[in-house]
Amino acid sequence: MTEQTERDLTSYLTGFALALVLTAIPFGLVWAELLSGPAIYVVIGIAAVLQVLVHLVFFLHLNLKSTPVENLFFLGFAAVLIVIMVGGSLWIMIDLHHRMM
Amino acid sequence: MLGRLTIDAIPLYSWVAMGGAAVTVGGGLAVFLLITYLRAWKMLWRDWLTSVDHKKIGIMYVVLALVMLVRGFIDALMMRAQQAISLNNEGYLPPEHFEQIFSSHGTIMIFFVAMPFLTGLINIIVPQQIGARDVAFPFLNSVSLWMTAAGAALVLISLAVGKFSTAGWTGYPPYSGVEYSPGVGVDYWIWALLVSGIGSTLSGINFIVTIVKNRCPGMHLMRMPMFTWTTLCISILMAFAFPALTVVAAQLALDRTLGFHFFTNEAGGNMMMFANLLWIWGHPEVYILILPAFGIFSEVVATFSRKRLFGYESLVYATACIAILSFTVWLHHFFTMGSSANVNAVFGIATMIIAVPTGVKIFDWLFTMYRGRIEFHPSMVYTIGFMVTFVIGGVTGVLLALPPADYLMHNSTFLVAHFHNMLIPGALFGYFAGLNYWFPKAFGFKLDAKWGIRSFWFWMVGFYLAFMPLYALGFMGMSRRMEHYADPSWQPFLIVAALGAVCVLCGIICIGIQLYVSIKTWGSSADVTGDPWNGRTLEWATSSPPAPYNFAVLPEVRDIDAFHEMKLRGTAYTPPDRYEDIVMPKSTGLGPILGGLAFVLGFSMVWYIWWLAALCFVLSLVCVGIRACDDDTDFVMPAAEVEKIERARLARITPSNMHDMRPFVPKGAASGLPMPGGAA
Repeated sequence: MTEQTERDLTSYLTGFALALVLTAIPFGLVWAELLSGPAIYVVIGIAAVLQVLVHLVFFLHLNLKSTPVENLFFLGFAAVLIVIMVGGSLWIMIDLHHRMM
Repeated sequence: MLGRLTIDAIPLYSWVAMGGAAVTVGGGLAVFLLITYLRAWKMLWRDWLTSVDHKKIGIMYVVLALVMLVRGFIDALMMRAQQAISLNNEGYLPPEHFEQIFSSHGTIMIFFVAMPFLTGLINIIVPQQIGARDVAFPFLNSVSLWMTAAGAALVLISLAVGKFSTAGWTGYPPYSGVEYSPGVGVDYWIWALLVSGIGSTLSGINFIVTIVKNRCPGMHLMRMPMFTWTTLCISILMAFAFPALTVVAAQLALDRTLGFHFFTNEAGGNMMMFANLLWIWGHPEVYILILPAFGIFSEVVATFSRKRLFGYESLVYATACIAILSFTVWLHHFFTMGSSANVNAVFGIATMIIAVPTGVKIFDWLFTMYRGRIEFHPSMVYTIGFMVTFVIGGVTGVLLALPPADYLMHNSTFLVAHFHNMLIPGALFGYFAGLNYWFPKAFGFKLDAKWGIRSFWFWMVGFYLAFMPLYALGFMGMSRRMEHYADPSWQPFLIVAALGAVCVLCGIICIGIQLYVSIKTWGSSADVTGDPWNGRTLEWATSSPPAPYNFAVLPEVRDIDAFHEMKLRGTAYTPPDRYEDIVMPKSTGLGPILGGLAFVLGFSMVWYIWWLAALCFVLSLVCVGIRACDDDTDFVMPAAEVEKIERARLARITPSNMHDMRPFVPKGAASGLPMPGGAA
């Protein structure tokens, strides 16, 4: 086994382990009823975002040095749009929720 | 076995609906018989339907758009006729039928006229503008086309089998939920959107990759023609916005079919979330429709003013600004939903800001025309008509962006007038300009200019007659989508609006005559050189119609106006030293087969024919699998054949019919200046 493939394998295995842990946390919390109320949504949300990052870094080999600039640009653009869409929707719907109380 | 599909699905309930069904079925039958009579099925299948050539796919998109334009316009004419006579009476359309008509009019015009029209023009032109031989994924392109066609077919068949949605083109729940709309109408709408939405998303991805990866040597981002730039921006919008539509339509389908509660009144559903998600797609969609038209205007105005485009960089940045801002304004479609003043104010201000880059563009076009040698070609006339009319729509848009004003005018005919004022001059005039401008590139002969000008004037006058009264009616308190009304002071305005619709009908007939006359006299208006308008961008460097490979040798670009610069240097028609083999994608029947499967899948989901839907889904997966396992998707066009085609092309270009620009090379002090956009 060459050094390169060995490094790849380590990267995949680390990613796989992290992904498993990040999946186990939300499932475990819900299953064992350890948290309740808004806290559980926050934890699930954070685990989901970390999961996305783990996939990008360990499986898709995103790297600030070696990934072409245009790929990083499009990814950053996608992140901005997702923040606008999700953040805007949350803002609008929570605002509406308060006014309907 | 057939779900809820019974003999009752045939529209025997009204003579008008029966007539519509008869025209649709009869029209389809007539086309079928004509093709059979001409024995053209084999040729049609081999050369067109299964083709993955971007130019042929583009032409098929535009044909689809023109056919659907006629259908959508008949809806408009019927609505105008109904409202012109229905003062204190029922008119000739029962309410339920009227509701189907305004729903299908909006759905068709957005999804099956504007979208295929712009996708078609992009397909024909953009690969040539960036000096590429095809799009990045030719087979995906074919799938996109047939998905769009399948969605259009679902809307068309709803005329003859069952009913279409009565919930408007936006289909807001709870009315579009299963409780209030239990029939098949909303399902037809959902599945038409889902199927064609997949096509649009795939097109967006395809064009992004094409423009980012397939540019010829020297074509930096800041040397791309404006139409390519607008295409890049809207492709990004398509790839990011259409998933929102797909999700929201799928959620509504789950609500309706499987008893979910995303948007219902009870069990934790929130119907406002539907409006939110729909417009997260819907507002970028407006710019998806309009930005390519802006690109077309930019090309046309430079070519027919015989000048370099004024403020190229500002146009690029304005386009990018509009593309990003278009994601930040969606709430202005539902100001009256009841958000707090802060939320409304933020989205209102963001909306007004979009007027700034749009204004920049208008000034750039005006300055391009300033001191130019303007030639009043039909596409240029459409461009000037657009500039004058679009500004009015923009100003009413800024007015509507004020939340307090919007509270007064929302859902009135003022709004209807506003968005038609944006989309008819802004989008449709642009597509017509593109049709007149690029028709010779696609078919090898020019469109008749006389009938083009006539169609423009009918459209222009018809537009003002049809929609200026609606602005006034909005102020007078008339809400949109009224089947009948009781205020006699409205009727004169509605009669004028109906006359406007008749005028537009004449405009559409003129386009038909224009096509007929041009085809009949095509020999005398043939475009021999491939450069009929003394064009400036690379698409005019190919022959008309282009060879399957577009460019025998990939061009090398030195300037924004790449082809114009080649003509100045006199290298536009220089044959290369030697030709090479060219690898081309093979035609494949899987595109139309996947489209057909998507159509049957949608149809069987609408009618709850579960076994057929499952069968179509599995067969689609099998088709994708077959394609994925097929390694033999290309063929090689030998250098000798390329050389033969190119020699024949160059032999037709003589000093008398080509545009020789060498005498116009800048001289004296000007010649030493670097060409703008020259530095990397």
